[in-house]
Amino acid sequence: MIQIVQQLLFVAAIGYTGFLVSKRAKFIYRNINLGKGIEEQEDKGKRFGNMMRLAFGQQKMFDRPIVGLLHFAVYAGFLLINIEVLEIVLDGVTGQHRLFSNIIPQGVYYFLASFFEVMALLVTVSCLIFLVRRNALRIPRFHMKEMEGWPYRDANYILYAEVILMSMLLSMNASDAALQSLGSDHYPQVGAFIVSQFLVPLFSNFSETTLIGIERTAWWVHILGIFAFAVYVTYSKHLHIFLAFPNTFFARLTPKGKMDNMESVTNEVKIMLGMPVENVEGSESDEMPTFGAKDVQDLSWRNIMNAYSCTECGRCTSQCPANITGKKLSPRKVMMDVRDRADEVGKNIDANNGTFQDDGKLLYGDFISKEELMACTSCNACAEACPINIDPLNIILEMRRYVAMEESGTPQEWNMVFQNIENNQAPWAFAASDRFNWGEELRQVEKTEKQKQDA
Amino acid sequence: MAENNFLKVPTMAEMVAEGKHPEVLFWVGCAGSYDDRYKRVITAFVKILNEVDVNFAVLGPEESCTGDPARRAGNEFLFQMQAMQNIEVLNAYEIKKIVTACPHCFNTIKNEYPALGGEYEVMHHSQFLQSLINEGRLTLEGGELYKGKKITFHDSCYLGRSNNVYEAPRSVIQALDADLVEMKRCKTNGLCCGAGGSQMFKEPEEGNKDINIERTEEALETDAKVVAVGCPFCMTMISDGIKNKEKEKDVKVLDLAEMVAEAKGL
Repeated sequence: MIQIVQQLLFVAAIGYTGFLVSKRAKFIYRNINLGKGIEEQEDKGKRFGNMMRLAFGQQKMFDRPIVGLLHFAVYAGFLLINIEVLEIVLDGVTGQHRLFSNIIPQGVYYFLASFFEVMALLVTVSCLIFLVRRNALRIPRFHMKEMEGWPYRDANYILYAEVILMSMLLSMNASDAALQSLGSDHYPQVGAFIVSQFLVPLFSNFSETTLIGIERTAWWVHILGIFAFAVYVTYSKHLHIFLAFPNTFFARLTPKGKMDNMESVTNEVKIMLGMPVENVEGSESDEMPTFGAKDVQDLSWRNIMNAYSCTECGRCTSQCPANITGKKLSPRKVMMDVRDRADEVGKNIDANNGTFQDDGKLLYGDFISKEELMACTSCNACAEACPINIDPLNIILEMRRYVAMEESGTPQEWNMVFQNIENNQAPWAFAASDRFNWGEELRQVEKTEKQKQDA
Repeated sequence: MAENNFLKVPTMAEMVAEGKHPEVLFWVGCAGSYDDRYKRVITAFVKILNEVDVNFAVLGPEESCTGDPARRAGNEFLFQMQAMQNIEVLNAYEIKKIVTACPHCFNTIKNEYPALGGEYEVMHHSQFLQSLINEGRLTLEGGELYKGKKITFHDSCYLGRSNNVYEAPRSVIQALDADLVEMKRCKTNGLCCGAGGSQMFKEPEEGNKDINIERTEEALETDAKVVAVGCPFCMTMISDGIKNKEKEKDVKVLDLAEMVAEAKGL
């Protein structure tokens, strides 16, 4: 009877987790699609290669080898322990215990379970080091202004959760081994595994009933913890564990220095210059195009996906010349702002039967200030630093386009530059007619003796 | 013939009038045309082109700003106006290959003009110098001037990260037999001079330090006698930084072309 109740509870827990996760996934997918389309999506082979190299292989993480190794341990542990989780889920549904031990040879089962335990130990050690690094060593990029409050707690919760989950896994196996040695009914003789065998003495003094209680509690806390973690991830910066894959796949392949051409401007400029206009479709519509980005809907879906993929590691900000020298700009904050605003807009849409109601707020001004945008040197250090190819610069430049073309809000010095380029074809106030003076002067310079002889 | 004794700086208009076509167009850029310091870089490069008999031409009065500062400042209209007018001129002259001593012009013409109908092979002057050396057209043997001298190279963002050109400028320095020393942040991690993205033309936002000072301090830490650059904006920013540190007597900021020209006694 208790067995059936347990099985029913378990199925209900899976169902509820699935429901919550899929609801969040739909919300995030819709929010990403608030952004505009991107044209460039060719070269699938190269994109797949980038995904395998950067997301699956974590190549850029190894730019800092020690942290890269620790991070890889947590990641590999996460991926591989999922195989064991599959067994646990099947056990939970069918009411059996260690289902796979009946299917695969005992030696193989022992090896696999021990291997997962080694991974669990590595994950635990890595997460503990990460906790020390984050909280005791006070690495500056983890303690900047945008990390105060929730982002700081979020980072720690994830690490605590992983430590708890892994210690539950080990306790579960250790109490299981203790029960095996008592010859308890429901526990097949699979042996004490490589790591948890050292924990078995802790459990050897308990009675069978107590041990079953401990084993069951550890089993339930572990698996329910995993379900809860799955839901939590969708609300957290930790979403990068999934989004790193599409994010690296869809990342731009063009040189970092290239800014995309604005077609909407091209036709107008052609008309102004009296040049033939080819693609007139779209220019017929009554709606005036808006230039640049003032809110998340003006960005591309890639920009918004970038924002949801960001795990707030701050490598971008720690490389940003503006941030290093004390300016307000932080590329990480730009990504966090885009995500927070996309969340806000998404909730607004859900609360208003599918249409966005003006909330009197904008990404520009309410989240990202002009001061931040103007401090960027467009040096691409942020984009280069990101382990999963997030591109904060693209967002900054799109927003500058809004400031310049819609708001006419560029600094006075830049307005002078615009005027000079228009009038003198140079950013400085020199006469266009003097442009070739340097050449005329050089033509008066005699060649060297050697060159004269050659001539 | 008397004219043979003077440096040649032919314009495209003159070339076409004589029915000739250059091997390469030298895109000078606004800094090269107007900035006194950068004119010296352009002069050095022209001397090298003369020395190794490269059949080149410049647009001269027909050249105008590529539009990069306008685009990075958000003014796409002005950028496209400039770009389309430049492309019209370049295409009318049937230009196929361009060399420029400005990474910003390089990036814009190479990466951004194709979308507006301007497709050219574009080289930065460090790449052009490297190819001249590799082809044996430019020889630097026997030059004692920079032999063993400590030189550090400051990566321009628009050459380095933006376009992945890291080796060409370094190979030129190595061809001078100099002792190339790297700064703490170099190549993909190179720190910006502070001038990109149109920062050249305005005061920086409030902070606790100027970016060029931060970068200059890194350059000085290497003990190099020369900070080599390949960009007019970096040239200004790093030179200002060196002056700010009152090191202009000990440390020179030089463009690659200047070093090559000097080593060749041009």
